[in-house]
This record gives sequence, C-alpha cells and structure tokens, in this order.
Amino acid sequence: MTKNNLKAKDFTTDQDVRWCPGCGDYSILAQVQKVFAELEMNPDEVAIISGIGCSSRFPYYMNTYGMHSIHGRAPAVASGLKIANPDLSVWIITGDGDGLSIGGNHLLHILRRNLDVNILLFNNQIYGLTKGQYSPTSEVDKRTKSTPMGSLDHPINPLAVAISADATFVARSMDRDPKHMKTMLKRSNLHKGSSFLEIYQNCNIFNDGAFFTFTDKATKKSSAIFLEDGQPLVFGENNEKGIRLDGWKPQVIDLEIDNYSKDDLWIHDEGDLYKAQMLARFFDDPRQEGFLPRPFGVLYSSERVCYEDQLLAQLNEAIEQKGEGNLDQLIAGSVTWEI
Amino acid sequence: MSTKIEKEEITIKFAGDSGDGMQLTGSLFTGNTALTGSDLATFPDFPAEIRAPIGTLAGVSGFQLHFGSRKIYTPGDECDVLVAMNAAALKANLTNIKKTGTIILSTDGFDKKNLRLAKYADGENPLEDESLANFEVFKIDITKLTREALKESPLGTKEKDRCKNMFVLGFLYWRYDRTMQGTIDFLTQKFAKKQDILEANIKCIKTGYHYGDTTETFTTQYKVKPAPLEKGTYRSIKGNEALVIGLITAARKSKLSLFYGSYPITPASDILHGLAKHKNYGVKTFQAEDEIAAVCSAIGASYGGDLGITGTSGPGLALKGEAIGLAMMLELPLVVVNVQRGGPSTGLPTKTEQSDLLQAMYGRNGECPLPVISASSPSDCFEVAMEACRIAVQHMIPVILLSDGYIANGAEPWRFPNAGDIPSIKVNFKKPIGEDKTFLPYLRDEKLVREWALPGTKGLAHRLGGLEKEANTGNVSYDPANHEYMIKTREAKVDKIADFIPEQKITMGVKKGDLLILGWGSTYGVLESVTKELVAEGLQVGHTHLRYIRPFPKNLGKILKNYKKIMIPEINNGQLSKVIRDQFLIDVIQFNKIQGVPIMKAELKYAIKEVLENM
Repeated sequence: MTKNNLKAKDFTTDQDVRWCPGCGDYSILAQVQKVFAELEMNPDEVAIISGIGCSSRFPYYMNTYGMHSIHGRAPAVASGLKIANPDLSVWIITGDGDGLSIGGNHLLHILRRNLDVNILLFNNQIYGLTKGQYSPTSEVDKRTKSTPMGSLDHPINPLAVAISADATFVARSMDRDPKHMKTMLKRSNLHKGSSFLEIYQNCNIFNDGAFFTFTDKATKKSSAIFLEDGQPLVFGENNEKGIRLDGWKPQVIDLEIDNYSKDDLWIHDEGDLYKAQMLARFFDDPRQEGFLPRPFGVLYSSERVCYEDQLLAQLNEAIEQKGEGNLDQLIAGSVTWEI
Repeated sequence: MSTKIEKEEITIKFAGDSGDGMQLTGSLFTGNTALTGSDLATFPDFPAEIRAPIGTLAGVSGFQLHFGSRKIYTPGDECDVLVAMNAAALKANLTNIKKTGTIILSTDGFDKKNLRLAKYADGENPLEDESLANFEVFKIDITKLTREALKESPLGTKEKDRCKNMFVLGFLYWRYDRTMQGTIDFLTQKFAKKQDILEANIKCIKTGYHYGDTTETFTTQYKVKPAPLEKGTYRSIKGNEALVIGLITAARKSKLSLFYGSYPITPASDILHGLAKHKNYGVKTFQAEDEIAAVCSAIGASYGGDLGITGTSGPGLALKGEAIGLAMMLELPLVVVNVQRGGPSTGLPTKTEQSDLLQAMYGRNGECPLPVISASSPSDCFEVAMEACRIAVQHMIPVILLSDGYIANGAEPWRFPNAGDIPSIKVNFKKPIGEDKTFLPYLRDEKLVREWALPGTKGLAHRLGGLEKEANTGNVSYDPANHEYMIKTREAKVDKIADFIPEQKITMGVKKGDLLILGWGSTYGVLESVTKELVAEGLQVGHTHLRYIRPFPKNLGKILKNYKKIMIPEINNGQLSKVIRDQFLIDVIQFNKIQGVPIMKAELKYAIKEVLENM
C-alpha cells in the first residue's frame, strides 16, 4: 500500500452514525479508524463487507469501499470479492446473530477455506436491531421478549467454533479496552489468512453490562486473563494468580499462597493448537463460583495457504499444462463434420 | 445378403436398467448418427436415483433419438425401434412404440426375477404370450453372446456383463449401416489406461455388428440420407454444454474474468463440471457451501469486477431469492442460470418442466423486476448465455436465464460460429477520479444504468447495500417520495432493455390469421414442427417463440393482435398465459402438460385442430 498522511477522521464518512448513544460499536469504529490511519491503509484498497444487524451498519461509516449485504452472508460475498481481486484488504463485520446464527454456516466455511480476510465479530449477546431477543451467545435462562420464562438454548462458544473450523487466527478483545483492541486489530490485519477477532461489545439498551465482569475496573483483573505469546498465564489485581496445567486440567493457583512460582505456570504459545483449544474452553459462566478467567488476546495463530491463492494458482497451472484457452477450439469441441 | 431400405426418419429408444449404460449407448449412437449428416434431436430420460433397485420400473433409464433426412425438431413422439434390456424397460415403454414398430429384446432380462420386478403377473411373460404379436420382435440373448465373445478376456463376469451395451451398439451400427471407427477411437481414448476393458468393449461392438451381419434372421439394413442442413461445419451439442461455452465466450468477448459460484443440483451440475474443466480459459469456479453462498459469492465477484454467474435449478432459485434482490438493489451485473425441473419442492429432479417462469418473474420480496430470458433448444443455450451476460454487464442488473432439463441433456447438431465473428461485449468500468471530484454511485446514463466502480479504483470509494438508496448519491434513504421514485426508476431501467433487444418474429406459418401458437423455452421444436404440418394442411396458423420474457420485445403486442386467437402450450400449469393476460389484457387458450416430459406432436396437433374447428 502507498504511504499516506491520513488521519482517523479521513476514514469517516459524511453519514450520521445511527447507533444508540453509549453503544460499544462507537468504540470499535473509532479504533478501526485509528488503526487504519496508523497502518497507513489506502481507503481505495479496502473493502468492508457486512451482513445485517446493528454492527453491520459499520461500512456506511467508513470512508472505504463497502457493502452492507444480507443477513449472515457477508463471508460469502467477501469470498467472491477476494477471489475477484486478491489485492484488496477485505474486512468482514458481523455480529453474534449475523455470524453465528443465520450465517453460522458461511462462517465455518470461510474459516476452513482460509481466505485472506479479517473477520470482526461484535458479540453483545443480544439481538439489538430487532429490539432485544436473546441471541445464540446469550447465557442460559436469559429473560427477553421472546423468552419470558428464560432462554433454553445453551450458548455458542464463538472461539471454540472458530478453532474447530480450523481458523488460522483466533483472538478476542473488548470494546472497553481501546488499547488492547487496537493491538488485536493490527494483529488481525497482519495475519495472512482468515483472522477471526471476537469483540465483546456492550449493548447498553437491551443487554447492558453483559460483559462488565470482564470489562469493569473492579472485576476485570480477577476475571479476565490477557494472553501474551511466550509469557505465563497470569491475572489478578497484582498478577498474583496464574494458570498451571495439572495433567490436562487447567488449574488456578495463587502465587502468593500456593507453593508455586511463575516457572510452574502455563506459558502461552500462540502456535499450539491443542492448548489453544483448551483456552477457547475457558468459557465458564461468570455467574458460577470459581469460574476460570476469560482469555483475551491471540489464542491461536498459524500459517496455512489461502484459498484464493490456490484457486489462482490452479488457473496458471491449467494454462501451463494446456496452454491459454483458444475460443475456436472450445466452441468446436473434439468432433466436427462438414455439410 | 441383406437388403437396404431407405428411410426418411427413424426414432430409436434405448431403455434398460440405470446400470445398463443406456445413456452412453444413446450418446455414442447419436454422435455416430450426427457424422452421417442426418439432423437429429435426443431426449435422455433417467431416474432420480443413481442406482434404483435393479430390474424395477423405477430404475428404467431411457434415451430417445430421432434422426432423419429432413429437418428434425423433436426427439419424436413414438419410436420405430425400442431396445429393451429387461422386462421393466419393455413394460415402461410399450405404450410409446409405433403400432408396427420393432422391439429388440435382451432375453436374459426376462427371467422370472426380472418379470416379477417389472410387476408382470405370475406366469405372464411377454416373450411367450401374444402381447407383442403386432410388433417385429427380435429376441437376442445378449448376456450369453457377450460372455461368449469375452471368454478369453481376463475380466470378471460382472465386468464382462457391463459390455452388453456395446454389443447392442455394434448390432445397431450394422442395422443402420454405420462405421464403427469413431466409437472405437473414442473408447481407445476413454480407456487408455484400462487395456482389458478397452479390448472387451471393442470386441463386443464388433461381435454385435457381425451378429447382425451373419445371422440370417436379420435381412434388412436401414439407411437415412443426410438432411438438407445449411452448409457449414457442425458439432453435436447439449444444452448444458452450450451454456458452458456461451458463458466462457461472453467472458472473453467482454474481457472479464468469469466467476461461477454454484452448489451442485440436478440438472444444473454439469455447468459447474463443464466450467471447472476450462480453468485455462481463466474460468474461476467456486463450489459454495450452499445455494445462498453460491449467489452471494457471485455478487461479491461482480462487485470486484468479475463476470459473476451462479447456476441452479428451481429449489436453488428459491433459496437465492433474497440475494438476487440484493444484486438488483446494488445494480451490479449477475447472471442466474436456472435449469428448470419438475416442482414444487424437490419435485421431479430428473424430469423436465417449465416450472419457474413465475418464480423468475416475481419470486422476490418487494418490487423486484428483473430481465428474464429463455433458451429454446440445446444450441440456443449458447446465444442465450451470451445475451444474459451482455444484458447483465451493459445494464448493471441480475439476469435470470431459464433453461430446462430437456434441453440441458438433449443434443442436436449445431452449425457453430467462428469466434472471430462473434461481436464483443463492451464494458466500461468507472475511471479513477481526482480528490477534488465527488463520485455519485447512483448517477444514471440515458439507459438509466449506473456506473460499475470497482474497489481498488482511486477516488471512487463508496458504500453499497440492500437498504433503499437515495437517488444519485446512493446514501441510505427512508424518504417516502425517494422510495417510490427509486422503485419506478428500477422498473423503468428493466423496461428500457426492450430498446436493446431484437423485435419478435413469426418463425413459422402465417403472419396474420386464425391462430397464433405462442411459446417460450424448450417447447420450440414441437411447436415449430406442428405449425409446419398444420400450415401444410392449409390452416391459418403461425408460431412465435419468446426468448425475452421480461421485458417482452416491443412489437409483441402488435403480433398478438394479428390473430383471432392465441394458444400458449407450456409444460406447466399456465405460467406464460398468466403473464400475457396480465400484460396485454387478452385471453389466451392454454395447453398444459405437466408430466415431466416434453409435449408430443400428436397431442398438440389434435388440440390445435380442435380449437380451429370450433372457431
């Protein structure tokens, strides 16, 4: 991409942003604009594709190419676009309903194909645009308009799903930690292949405080664990707690009380698929006593060849093997006769 | 010595179990027939199951070929010759043989078990009773003869028995005085790496041929002279093949990369297979996870500057409806190929029906008119494919192309064009603009068409979406008057396409008179040939066949007024009839057949005569 001197505001459009005041989406929009400016992205070479829902209004507010498509189908649209023009920086904006309910199928398939796109899933554990029904990530027993006696659905674990679909980059961040989010956005952009970044986003109208346990100053340090490659898994007010592996079982230990030192802790390795799967399973309901801390950061990152590169390589291979297609030969086929 | 009898036309039906290789036998015989210069039409007819229970009526697979020394329009109503590999094949086709027709039977397919599976009553055997007395019947123990011919072959019995169809083919080559070399060359290529199978196949063809030649029961050979076709170079073509070639040609002629996003579905899958074979033409194929992803990927590709195409059949079109509406709002090019089959729901996957005209016209939420065009014969698919692409890219709109199972798999000779003689399809991408200029994505030209602005182009960054657009800017707008304006504008844009398509013509019969036969799609052949015969009888009938259904050619209304009555034969419950009544406020006489098979000449002719007699 060419160098430029663009500021975050150069990535804003003249359209009024229509999210509810106080919505977590504002923070995400601001960080994306800042990161795009810091990365000196060329707005003409970026395409942002979304589905339907609150989060999916995102493209209208970004001064880049963009498409607000139909419910759940952004990964499919983005796949076609990326195959047509692999030079574009393609971003998919989706939500917990759009990406995990109506569009769950497409999410699985874009991840396993590993197209070089960046997927941002805004998870607010609620349907906002349709005014407050429970979503596939809502906790069990959630009372909403459509579940007056509490929801029965067991929630989807988005990162576990992504890892199971063999995603090559899986990360989590939160709207209330702009610094962390910026780092994660940059890492997503850097990753060659499908990057899947789940962002906890507060819906202050229909599901206020869904993630406060993880995002609120008072509880954040004791309930969220921030992963760093090569570093031990520590958390707590003064990093006094850690995770060690007792065989295959993760165990919370108190470095000040228990007879363990930092050397005994689980060292995070972004390239370790097995450990990443375990980390994705740190998904206890925070209402439970003694829940495991929720991991934030890059759970998993690896390299795998991208779909669009292979698709185009096959075209070149076919041309090498058979020569560039001749239209007259195609039309005539193999057997002809004269009359 | 055998005597040779000349025939003007012959219809043969090959019928057997779906594992008997009747489709291959039919195809090879068709290819051989084409080389003799006859005109021809074929109709493959197979069960929905890959291998239905052996020997049952449900498992019968058929291939009908009609060839002659005159112009051939249809695969023929009734056959002159039926080849039946077993009892079920005979039973399923007995009503379709001419009264004095010939039946060639494989006697080993009429044992007790086969008779029972074909639901013959206990003790009943058509080979032994008088039920076939009116036909000329040849009973051949094909299994025995095949095994005998292959007794030296290292193949197992099962593999040997698979060569039975080649014996049949060889026998027919003798009966119709053909040469075998073309077929032998084909097999040599096909089984290049399976020498034993190749040798067995060739041996059986030759054995079949010599069996006809030397067995004294067979005294007559039949010869059909070449048809008076236009001079030129020909090939045999099926509808789905022609679509593949047409789509690739359109991509070349418009200098666009072809992107085909599709999900396998009968009878459209062969388009995906065909395109996937031609990657050296720059063709990108994407087998999506479902029908919706298939169309959405094509929309994404079009947004990126490829020629985005998706293909499907009726149920798939239903799934794609929302996305097609999106493409219509985005005003991006998209071609949606629908190879129709019997509906509703899963319906009759392997049978033909003009099932989806109304779905193509109206099957989306909101006011969503789109151009709809249809192919009338296997070779016509080539031109229609190019037309669909031309309209899509030049009018920035999704185009629905309707083919059907009958022409998708049916074959005919095609005098194909030179690539150089095919006009190019002009495409203009919006050029980069300077920072001082504003790009209006929904500004329209005199055709009411907006510009195609590709992501990656300097200065054109813009947002598209399914929400209603403000005129010119394309920004989201909930303004009441704007919504109505945009709906009317999008409709006017579709109607305007009528200025860029040819006028409707009468293809056969009188230009003014008693009755107009109006059709669309795969019924072309039968409508044309019936009209020809009626005109020869002195009746005041004309035939016109629609390629463009939305918008209609501008002169269609005028044509309709030139006849006292209009008759619309369709393989559905009257879909075009509804559209014509709606648009022209005239009544029409319907002729509908919804049996998963093409309309027969005789039944249509009878119905038309009845109309004419009551006028």
